[in-house]
Amino acid sequence: MSVADLTFLALLLPFLGAIVAPLLTRILGHNAAWVLALVPVAIFLHFTGFSAEIARGEVVTGGYAWVPSFQVRFSWLIDGLSLTFMLLISGIGALIVLYSGGYLKGHPHQGRFFSFLLMFMGSMLGLVASDSFLMLFVFWELTSITSFLLIGFDHQREAARRAALQALVVTGGGGLCLLAGLIILWNMTGINQFSLLTAFAPQVKASPLYLVALVLVLGGAFTKSAQFPFHFWLPNAMEAPTPVSAYLHSATMVKAGVYLLMRLYPVLGGTPAWQIILPVFGAATLIIGALLAVRQTDLKLMLAYTTVSSLGLLVLLTGFGAPYAIEAAALYLVAHSLFKGALFMVAGCIDHETGTRDVTRLGGLRSAMPLTFAIAIASAASMGGLPPFFGFLAKEEVYTALSAFDGRAMIFAVLAVVGNALMFAAAFAVALKPFIGKRIETPQAAHEAPVLLWLGPAVLTLMGLAAALLSGTVHELITSPMASAIAGEARVVTISLAPHIGVPAALSTLTVLLGIGVYLRLARLRAAIAAALAAIGWGPDRGFDQAMRGLVRLSSAVTRRLQTGRLDIYMTATFTLLAVVLIVPPFLYGELARAPVFPQDIPLHELAIMAIAVIGLVAVVLARDRLTAIVSLGIQGFSVAVIFLLYGAPDLAFTQFMIETLAVVILALVMTRLRLSPSDHRPLRENLPDAAIALACGLGATLFLLKVTEAPFDTGLSDFFNQYSKTIAHGANVVNVIIVDFRGTDTLGEIAVVMIAALAILSLVRLRAGSLRRIADNDPDAEEASR
Amino acid sequence: MRSLILRTVAPLIVGLMVLFSIFVLLRGHNEPGGGFIGGLIAVAALSIYGIAFGVETVRRAIVFHPLAIAGAGLMLSTLSGLVSMVFHVPFMTGLWIYPVILGEAVPLSSVMTFDIGVYLVVVGAVTSVALSLEERGED
Repeated sequence: MSVADLTFLALLLPFLGAIVAPLLTRILGHNAAWVLALVPVAIFLHFTGFSAEIARGEVVTGGYAWVPSFQVRFSWLIDGLSLTFMLLISGIGALIVLYSGGYLKGHPHQGRFFSFLLMFMGSMLGLVASDSFLMLFVFWELTSITSFLLIGFDHQREAARRAALQALVVTGGGGLCLLAGLIILWNMTGINQFSLLTAFAPQVKASPLYLVALVLVLGGAFTKSAQFPFHFWLPNAMEAPTPVSAYLHSATMVKAGVYLLMRLYPVLGGTPAWQIILPVFGAATLIIGALLAVRQTDLKLMLAYTTVSSLGLLVLLTGFGAPYAIEAAALYLVAHSLFKGALFMVAGCIDHETGTRDVTRLGGLRSAMPLTFAIAIASAASMGGLPPFFGFLAKEEVYTALSAFDGRAMIFAVLAVVGNALMFAAAFAVALKPFIGKRIETPQAAHEAPVLLWLGPAVLTLMGLAAALLSGTVHELITSPMASAIAGEARVVTISLAPHIGVPAALSTLTVLLGIGVYLRLARLRAAIAAALAAIGWGPDRGFDQAMRGLVRLSSAVTRRLQTGRLDIYMTATFTLLAVVLIVPPFLYGELARAPVFPQDIPLHELAIMAIAVIGLVAVVLARDRLTAIVSLGIQGFSVAVIFLLYGAPDLAFTQFMIETLAVVILALVMTRLRLSPSDHRPLRENLPDAAIALACGLGATLFLLKVTEAPFDTGLSDFFNQYSKTIAHGANVVNVIIVDFRGTDTLGEIAVVMIAALAILSLVRLRAGSLRRIADNDPDAEEASR
Repeated sequence: MRSLILRTVAPLIVGLMVLFSIFVLLRGHNEPGGGFIGGLIAVAALSIYGIAFGVETVRRAIVFHPLAIAGAGLMLSTLSGLVSMVFHVPFMTGLWIYPVILGEAVPLSSVMTFDIGVYLVVVGAVTSVALSLEERGED
């Protein structure tokens, strides 16, 4: 197998794993995690094989034709940026699989959970591997869908269902924005692969559509990466089991938006619009996320809001445009994945072992859970930017980038210090508060977490430590290639643990001092923020609910207006429109048919048949009771069939005979079924308008037919079919050959319609009075009234 | 309808009609006829049977649920179209074989199975509607 085939297999492997996961879990129970973790491990090892090439600054591409007619390829691009993501996704993924083995031990749907988790892993890998636009979009939406499944895993709780739907609507909608943006880029350049797009950057930036494309792409990136004001879905997504929060909502999926911005940086980045929109939204997200994090008491929610905050910082850095900003973003992204993943898993351990996640109900756990405590403190130190952890390097680089002496940089530096200080406080509120102080009674007696639970966070924390100690190697293999790939030019990251005095170190010290201050006054600050939020009383989360309710109400109102459920109104509307369409255009455009010339020698039998048809019609109109009318309609139909027969269309006549017969039978059955009165007495003022519409339709159809027959008959099609039906399709009956061979695919569609119509009629016939209530259940007003 | 005349004649008529419907179906490729018309004739036959003997008797007589018949027909037609993919020709390309049965070369084709599928869909779909309308026992 070639490397390309192996890469394709590596991208496919999680989905294969997802297929076998339920079965494997049925056999091995929660220990299936050990086997399933081999999937991400194999992927990790495969992609590690590229690191030497990538470190040399090379780019690996490959792929297959996907939709050749649109030049769409299933193609991947492995450079410093995507490789870093791949290693994070597969590496953390392996730990998360193990962690879920312990966390959901004994859960009846653990196999399903593994399956969803691996599917997500595959989608996320595909997303970052994508070189082609459409492939990226497909995987982008797949991550939204798999994330929907994972958030709504506890589907019996309404909160979980709501959170899942919210995440799907926000990120899926953003995905559609992204698609539009990518298509604009595609149209601008004719290129649909990221690896080729960079060369067109000047052309893209000069295009009048640049801003449209940018806003649309940002619509995708900001929703996915939970930027303000789209941040609300991420904290709600904490309804998911903790492994999901640790994996999707801190380490991987929410970084997809940042990934996209970094991927498109060489193409869209560096313009004034880019350098205004991104830092402003990023900074707003940073501050709002950090404030909301401090306000929470739930461990997972605190972490979730700090994730929002960190994502804001990443967007800020990506858009900042100063030296070292890209390097800082790369460093911070890696560091964040390590410490936030670990902290989420720690929060899960605490929840799992004590039965609560409320920080005010936790305390003194250090003796019961010493190992968890050590992991938590180390990760929080990394998050707070303390040496000797990787988070420290990241924060130093962030401050290096922001410490230019101009007004813009200073504003953002102040904002970053405030945000980081708040995050520092939140980190230690999660990692220190539950472990120190007086022992508080918890719903379950606390004891140390089992190996499956502490292994993941321990490895991530050690990685954070090792990455800082061996920063030279990490920069060479990971961060420098990543920063170079983002910037589109060679960048070298040099920062290390060696002490360096300067503005960044001063800002760092300030952050830590401020953070400690906030930590000590956490309760008071929490109350203040809660009061402020209560005063505002409205947030995007409620806005989302209002928007959704409004949408349902609007569609309900529109439906009620258009679909009254009364057949006579539908028919009046349909036939009035038909009459208008048939009659008005010929008059408007002067296209009326000439008066027809009646042939003098119509044979007697044809006249007789036409007379019968007319008699049938008159009988329908004059019939006193319905059954007579239905049968009379049959008379008319049979006469028409005979006319078909006389004019050499036996198939048509044949079908018409059968249809007429069955129509009479079925109409009679419907009549008895509906228990209609045998006769239909309506006052003249109701009958007259209907008669007028009927006459207008008849007139219109006549005019139309006369006009059509005026034109000389084009025999092209009939000649073709007559000539080829025997030679090509081996059939003498042209009509049948057209139906089953020349236009067979049409027929296939038609019989599918027949089948669906039968299903629909059957369900209509079986409707009972009780079903009316079910229709009313979808009415939002009625629903609210019943509450 | 409990008419003695109808109940006496119905089996004969119905048998003949079903036979005729199959005849019409099979000759369709060269003479007037085909799956659609054949299907409608069969539905008419089943309706007569239902009027004479009641819906339950018809349901027993056709063994399968009418919608299952329609579904099988749709499946058969789709598969007839898909067979061509195996031979690397476009979807729905007609394929013909001429096996010699009793000394006579009989032309068989994917087009014919497609038409049989059409027949089954029409029979199943329209019969299911007619039968459910005729059925009045449950309300």
